[in-house]
Amino acid sequence: MHIPDAYVSGQVNAATAVVSAVAVGLAAWRARRTLGERQAPLLGMTAAFVFAAQMLNFPIAGGTSGHFLGALLAAVLMGPLNALLVMTVVLVIQCLVFADGGLTALGSNIFNMGIIGGLAGYAIFSAVRRFLAQTRRGFMAATAVAAWASVVLASAACAVELAISGVVPLRGVLGAMVGVHALIGAGEAIITTAALSVVMAGRPDLVGAWQPAPVGASKEAQP
Amino acid sequence: MTRRSTWMFVLPGLAVAVGLAVFVSPLASSSPDGLERVAEDKGFADKEASGDGEAWKSAPVPDYEMPGVKRVPLAKALAGLAGTLVTFLVGWGVARLAARRNRPNPAAGATDGEGS
Repeated sequence: MHIPDAYVSGQVNAATAVVSAVAVGLAAWRARRTLGERQAPLLGMTAAFVFAAQMLNFPIAGGTSGHFLGALLAAVLMGPLNALLVMTVVLVIQCLVFADGGLTALGSNIFNMGIIGGLAGYAIFSAVRRFLAQTRRGFMAATAVAAWASVVLASAACAVELAISGVVPLRGVLGAMVGVHALIGAGEAIITTAALSVVMAGRPDLVGAWQPAPVGASKEAQP
Repeated sequence: MTRRSTWMFVLPGLAVAVGLAVFVSPLASSSPDGLERVAEDKGFADKEASGDGEAWKSAPVPDYEMPGVKRVPLAKALAGLAGTLVTFLVGWGVARLAARRNRPNPAAGATDGEGS
């Protein structure tokens, strides 16, 4: 759902760019506390995996494809603010090197996929997890629900930006975007839980949200 | 020791990412994605082609195909390889700049007390 140039109005792109810049700046500043130096290559690897997996468009119904987003996976692994850094790196490279997502729409794309997908997605993950058994199964179920919701909410944000820009009426575009991305979100839930299962099997100590330290974890969970 | 154990996860993970980008991405669906589909259905897809807002035309690898490579699957594989490695290096670099320092800074003459 990378927005190209000329879809969303200049005012909307400017507003989302300001919000995104402030949030990314905050995430970078907070990283001095939430990110250890030896986690730096882990953040790079997470970004590389998100980039590679986003190339893999899978077909869904009706001659349409979808691809992995990865914001929720990054948030569960490294915390929501570090996930915003991951998504920002990926989106900037996609925009500047591969012309995927418009340069003028970069603020909107970071807002939709980084802030909504990563931060709001992680808030849903935390809320859902509270209602489920504090087991590995409950953890994975919360991940699946939040992964699906992260894609649907990001697509809804995209629809709202298009509607505010006067491109298309909200009533039509919101249902269309959410409808398509409800299917793509199912793929997101499958890929996210599959990737997370591999990490949990090999290195559960690297899954930030799984760490039992309640004090530090709850502090980090609420940016 | 902790440093090595992180790398023992990072390097295989990076290998998986490179493998996906090189070997699987040429097989990916080229159908329009969710936003592109909605743009076609709702009649605003032509805004992109109209060109009045295309601020960035000089991307070195447009559409995830390495320029100058005639065979499309190979062009996609090379673009995926380059993009995955560049993303790793940029992400690592950004994280290094933003992260706290674990080791004491000799210039400061004292540890900053953040041991873990």
